Amino acid sequence: MLVFAGRRLLQAIPILLGVSLVIFGLVHVAPGNPIDMLMPPEASPEIIAQMKAAYGFDRPLHIQYLLWLGRALSGDFGISVFNAAPVLGQLMTALGNTLVLAVTAAALGFTLGIVFGMTAALHHGRWPDKLLSAVTTAGVSLPHYWFAIVLVLVFAVLNDWMPAQGMGDDSLPLWQRLDHIVLPVVTLCMIPMGVIGRLVRATVLEIMGQDFVGALSAKGLGRGPVLRHIIKNAAPPVLALMGLQFGYLLGGSILIETVFNWPGTGNLLNLAIFRRDIPVLQATILVLASFFVLLNLLVDIAQAAIDPRIRR
Amino acid sequence: MPLDATPEPPALEVEGLTVRFRKRDEQEVCAVNGVGFSLARGKVMTILGESGSGKSVSLKAVMGLLPGFAKVEGQVRMAGRDILSLPPAELAKLRGSKVSMIFQEPMSAMDPVYTIGDQIAETIIQHEGTDRATAMARAKRLLERVSIPSAARRLKNYPHEMSGGMRQRAMIALALACDPLVLLADEPTTALDVTVQIQILMLLRELQAELGMAVVFVTHDVGVAAEISDQIAVMYAGRFVETGTLRGVMRDPQHPYTRGLLSSTVHGGMRKTLLRTIPGNPPSLAALPEGCHFRPRCAEAVAGCQREPPVVRGETGTMVRCLHAVAAEAAVPA
Repeated sequence: MLVFAGRRLLQAIPILLGVSLVIFGLVHVAPGNPIDMLMPPEASPEIIAQMKAAYGFDRPLHIQYLLWLGRALSGDFGISVFNAAPVLGQLMTALGNTLVLAVTAAALGFTLGIVFGMTAALHHGRWPDKLLSAVTTAGVSLPHYWFAIVLVLVFAVLNDWMPAQGMGDDSLPLWQRLDHIVLPVVTLCMIPMGVIGRLVRATVLEIMGQDFVGALSAKGLGRGPVLRHIIKNAAPPVLALMGLQFGYLLGGSILIETVFNWPGTGNLLNLAIFRRDIPVLQATILVLASFFVLLNLLVDIAQAAIDPRIRR
Repeated sequence: MPLDATPEPPALEVEGLTVRFRKRDEQEVCAVNGVGFSLARGKVMTILGESGSGKSVSLKAVMGLLPGFAKVEGQVRMAGRDILSLPPAELAKLRGSKVSMIFQEPMSAMDPVYTIGDQIAETIIQHEGTDRATAMARAKRLLERVSIPSAARRLKNYPHEMSGGMRQRAMIALALACDPLVLLADEPTTALDVTVQIQILMLLRELQAELGMAVVFVTHDVGVAAEISDQIAVMYAGRFVETGTLRGVMRDPQHPYTRGLLSSTVHGGMRKTLLRTIPGNPPSLAALPEGCHFRPRCAEAVAGCQREPPVVRGETGTMVRCLHAVAAEAAVPA
């Protein structure tokens, strides 16, 4: 098991390197130049060249990459081209804001998905199954930006029940601003709820159809212990999907953060793209991609801990 | 035991066992139709039949393991106690302790994400409430009992880490965990290599004699049946068509189907002769032929076979469900 975890950890290093290369390459292949965005059109070529040198954009690309990677590894992501503030600070604030949303939405979505999926599977073919399957299917098929707008309309515009914009007054502690989180979390939990619910139902049904479940009853185990066996068998695929879903949530949904004006990573990415703010863009994607890789690494290890057949 | 005590009731007694399956919008199917037998402690009865004849369903019905849409009628008595009428929780207490089952495919019948030791210990803890250490120690002795080498290490193995024969031994150890009175074996050797098959059969025979279990052994393999049984019941389309002692049925089969089964089995003395097979296929349970269910495939069928065949009972529990058996009996001079 330790060997497996160590091997997986080592395998993550080339993946991360590749990711950094792709990010750097893509950002530089994309059209548009940050200096051109910043400078007034009438700026002299000398000044433009001076600015490029200040940001290091005049060096050869591979040198730029190595410099960027070296600094990034020591936690220095440079300064924003747009507002000259350190990238790290902006990124951490945005990541914190998105984490609040992502963790709450994941907790709610996963819990509902598991409960709905289990209930549907245990009542296979009867009305709770049909009802919950309709709910989870709706969760994956409703466009969530549309759902967000409907929520805003009903809870914030037509009735003044919930705030629909931003995170509230910064001077108040987080727990007094919890009402701001409700609508975005409800919107964001729909997809995890739907996909997890459907996967749990399908996996549990498949496992319940296997011979060993009958054999467990033949050993005289009651409903509870048999259910424990089923859950342990169903856990690995569900964990894998949870890892992916949580990764998506961490990336912050650009659409949802735009609808709710939530200052998270999605918002930051969106702004950085429009401003051609290469340092911010690179840093954000790199950090998010690293989170994604590490998350899936953890999921792999958890899966192997549960199911010995994965360890090989 | 005083001499005038009532005789010990049979370990397993089945009477008029009938299983009907009915799913919504589907025609009712009778998979097992009025099966009955009685098995004393320390005896092995083999149910011999083709796939789809209702052998496995009968075993599951005895265990109360059939799904909710199966309608089970009849009586199953274990050591004189009717078990089908027990509430589910009481029946669960008997399963795995008084009556155990071993399955055809040990790989799929064991939970892949628990170790062998855990799976055996779990049964012991469930039925006897011992602590884990005691249960594990007993699991180790059980693995040794079924001749699994380095048992202590094997306890920590997962099913996929063992060979097929080893897994089947582990499954037998699991079934024996709580000293059952009755062991139900559902084709336990079918999925194994022939050399491993004979080892498992000998192990079962040895354990059965030593522990005095009553064993119901289901197989389609006449050779396996000959190896292990005391009694044989031949099953066709949900019914027993012939029952008797191993010797009686093998030497002097009465039912044409039994004769067909025996003559379609390959053995050494048949070199250079054409293998005789039973023509046709077993009937669909949804569309059983009227009268004797074997009639369409039977070389000896006569007009009278379109009526329900008579049940001819001999001494010592033999039974034949065939019109010709009546004639044969009548021909025997009194």
